[in-house]
Amino acid sequence: MSHEDVLNPKSMPHEPEKATLEGKNKFIGLWFFLGGETVLFASLFGTYLALKDSTHNGPSTHDLYELGLVFLMTILLLTSSLTSVYAMYHMKNNDYKKMQLWLAITALLGIGFLACEIYEFSHYIIGEGFTFRSSAFGSAFYALIGFHGGHVLFGLCWLMSLMVRNAKRGLNLYNAPKFNTFSLYWHFIDVVWVFIFTVVYLMGKVG
Amino acid sequence: MSTVAQKRGLGATLWEYLTTIDHKKIAHLYLIGGGLFFILGGLEAVIIRIQLIKPENDFISAGLYNEMITMHGTTMIFLAAMPIILGIMNAVLPLQIGARDVAFPFLNSLGFWLFMFGGILLNTSWFLGGAPDGGWTSYASFALTSPTHGIDFYVMGLQLAGAGTLMGGINFLATVVNMRAPGMTYMRMPLFTWASFITSVLILFAFPAFTVALFLLMFDRMFGTAFFDVALGGNTVIWQHLFWIFGHPEVYILILPIFGLFSDIFSTFSRKRLFGYTAMVFATMLIAFLGFMVWAHHMFTVGLGPVANSIFAIGTMAIAVPTGIKIFNWLATMWGGSVKINSAMLWALGFIPSFTIGGMTGVMLGSAVADFQYHDTYFVVAHFHYVIVGGTVFGIFAGLHYWWPKMFGRILHEGLGKLTFWTFFIGFHLTFFIQHFLGLMGMPRRYWVFLKGQELDVGNFISTIGAFFMSFAVIVFLINIIITARSEKAPADPWDGRTLEWAISSPPPFYNFEQLPLTRGLDPLWIEKSEGNGKMIPAEPLDDIHMPNNSILPFLMSLGFFIAGFGFIFQTDNKLWYIVLYAGMAFAFVCMFIRSFKDDTGYFVKKEDLEREGE
Amino acid sequence: MSEITNNKADTFRREKHKEEMKKQLISFALMIVFTLLAFTIVATNSLEKMFAVPLLLIMALVQVAFQFYFFMHLKEKGHEMPAVLMYGGVWAALLTLAALGVITWW
Repeated sequence: MSHEDVLNPKSMPHEPEKATLEGKNKFIGLWFFLGGETVLFASLFGTYLALKDSTHNGPSTHDLYELGLVFLMTILLLTSSLTSVYAMYHMKNNDYKKMQLWLAITALLGIGFLACEIYEFSHYIIGEGFTFRSSAFGSAFYALIGFHGGHVLFGLCWLMSLMVRNAKRGLNLYNAPKFNTFSLYWHFIDVVWVFIFTVVYLMGKVG
Repeated sequence: MSTVAQKRGLGATLWEYLTTIDHKKIAHLYLIGGGLFFILGGLEAVIIRIQLIKPENDFISAGLYNEMITMHGTTMIFLAAMPIILGIMNAVLPLQIGARDVAFPFLNSLGFWLFMFGGILLNTSWFLGGAPDGGWTSYASFALTSPTHGIDFYVMGLQLAGAGTLMGGINFLATVVNMRAPGMTYMRMPLFTWASFITSVLILFAFPAFTVALFLLMFDRMFGTAFFDVALGGNTVIWQHLFWIFGHPEVYILILPIFGLFSDIFSTFSRKRLFGYTAMVFATMLIAFLGFMVWAHHMFTVGLGPVANSIFAIGTMAIAVPTGIKIFNWLATMWGGSVKINSAMLWALGFIPSFTIGGMTGVMLGSAVADFQYHDTYFVVAHFHYVIVGGTVFGIFAGLHYWWPKMFGRILHEGLGKLTFWTFFIGFHLTFFIQHFLGLMGMPRRYWVFLKGQELDVGNFISTIGAFFMSFAVIVFLINIIITARSEKAPADPWDGRTLEWAISSPPPFYNFEQLPLTRGLDPLWIEKSEGNGKMIPAEPLDDIHMPNNSILPFLMSLGFFIAGFGFIFQTDNKLWYIVLYAGMAFAFVCMFIRSFKDDTGYFVKKEDLEREGE
Repeated sequence: MSEITNNKADTFRREKHKEEMKKQLISFALMIVFTLLAFTIVATNSLEKMFAVPLLLIMALVQVAFQFYFFMHLKEKGHEMPAVLMYGGVWAALLTLAALGVITWW
């Protein structure tokens, strides 16, 4: 029996993403990576918390943030988290077409989020003259939000290359773990965003 | 065509090593890379000691001296000790749990090449305008104002090497969780595997903080941000916190695997089961846990206030308890055993008193009030060399002597091994013991010269002589390697070992275990020996073995990032360097896309070939 | 024969997945509710800062728990090691936040 046959069984197992050793490894490895990412983002959050009041006579959190846009971004990203859950749901039911469809919606929502973020940044930079050089607050703000945005961008590239690569072939035990690890990563990005909109935007506006 | 490897020429061997994803060959690469940097760091140490051999010496200039101390510390910790430890883990850990490879062989190779290119990048600074000179801690206050590109090299080099280490950590975690052979439960794993597992947890949680710290420093220096720029409201203490949140676990990353390694050596050469195995495992966990909560003891004099200082002082002293448990368990393991003293065991025996002295001065430094006296003196230098050399370096030598036959198929020469040990041991204590007193007499660390007539002359002279002893020992060790390379092939189990790595030939075939072994308890091989089986019972029938393919991509990806690193560093001088930056990054990303778009499902070693090999 | 049992198992699995999906939808609805609530509190300025900040944080934590336990299946079997390492990461994260958020300016 060749490895191709192993990866393309006649009937899909219950959890195709964890049916092979490679799949199990990918699953556990990505979770551990997320454990490390927690500390990475905590360091950035900590830096932000330490520097958020060092505005150097520039705009403060109150002057800057607009809740409407942030709310839109939040809904976009939260919904994209749900759509990737739908994609995994269809993957487990071995319904490849629907999985691809939901992943495409996820990608669109992610792109929408990123577009909002780019609009927000350009508004701050051009409209308010608030850059990552203007104050320690500016540096910390762009570092944290930018790191998160970079993760979104990376996730989008990852998702799209997965979709393109596997467009012409069905689900098998080789690509199922890849889709699954992507969805875990995508949820984690959403988790970070929940803290960002709470700690950065809402707590920056409150009181 | 046979699926089992054939003999190759030099070019083919080189290509094999550039593309290998076999954990045993990656271990060789780590040992070679780490070994070269160890020699480089050692040369830097000797230059430092020559400068301090007499008062007001002018062997090297003050600026060069700063570069020397910075590069000595950085090289030894990031580019020598850690990679050599990762190398030993790579060589031994999969064998000890009865696995055919690590969980992510490709990532393993990528981790190595990132480290190697990071190390090379850092060291090219010597030829490109000056090495980093902010000390290995590179505190932001100095680091921001350092005029040369040295600090930029520090940032980029360590960022690359750190990413590689993080990959290694995740890899070992997944390996231990998923790839243990049948019957190898967590509480049957050898202590070295346990310690490596816990160390990997530390790597996973500590390195991201350093990644962020380096990122902030990089942006402050290269792109004009203001994280540490006090004029724009920045705060340099952020660097100190982030650095030590990483930096303190880092010293446990250096010592915990060594604790595990000594546990294996003590039990093998005492021909006894390790005393208090469970206590050892939990003590290791406790050390790791506490090790995360004591970073601020490096910052007592920053002015965090008496409450914070007291909390961190108590936490620091608490670590002495699990460490003490370990020391007593090692002693109890030897108690009543039939102890065999060879070079590996000598290093282990030498380790106990040396490390205990280091631990004791650690408790002294942990006392916040007294630390105001010791801070930034040679007392601190003596302390951390006692734990890092007396612990980690002794451990590395012990591990190399112990596992050399398994890694390279040759047994190191005993006489030369003992000569190495004794000269190094004596030299080590000559160099560093006296430094405690130099520190107490008020000699500050990191100073280029000391003055005449302050009673520091004799101490410094003795210290330098000790450094020559250690250099001699390392040269003897290198000679030992060369001489024994031509000696006869080592047997599978030269030490009458207890754990799974001794159940297969030395060096093992590339698929490690023909059939995965069945583990029936702690010290599985010993159990089979004492029940008269002599070898492991297979847990599966002989069948085709699935193996991953070699790949040059990890090398090329790392090369891309390496090139981009120069772009980052020099774009502050000339915007044309952005071309290099983008070109390097693009190259690395193209390699990543190739990796994603080309299916790599590996190949099978055929059962018939395995049978033919076995004959 | 095996076809039929296969089909049966398949239907059973599909049912189970559906159940699971229902729970995930409920948690999504709750997440949206929490988000709306959080934004409303801040937008209308209806609560004291001393009270609003802890409330916001608690709501964020609950949302994140939903993400982890339902969307990322952390509650299921086989997720013990991920959970351990995740909590480890959270612990290290809390220490980092304590360091930078509390004692940097002392």
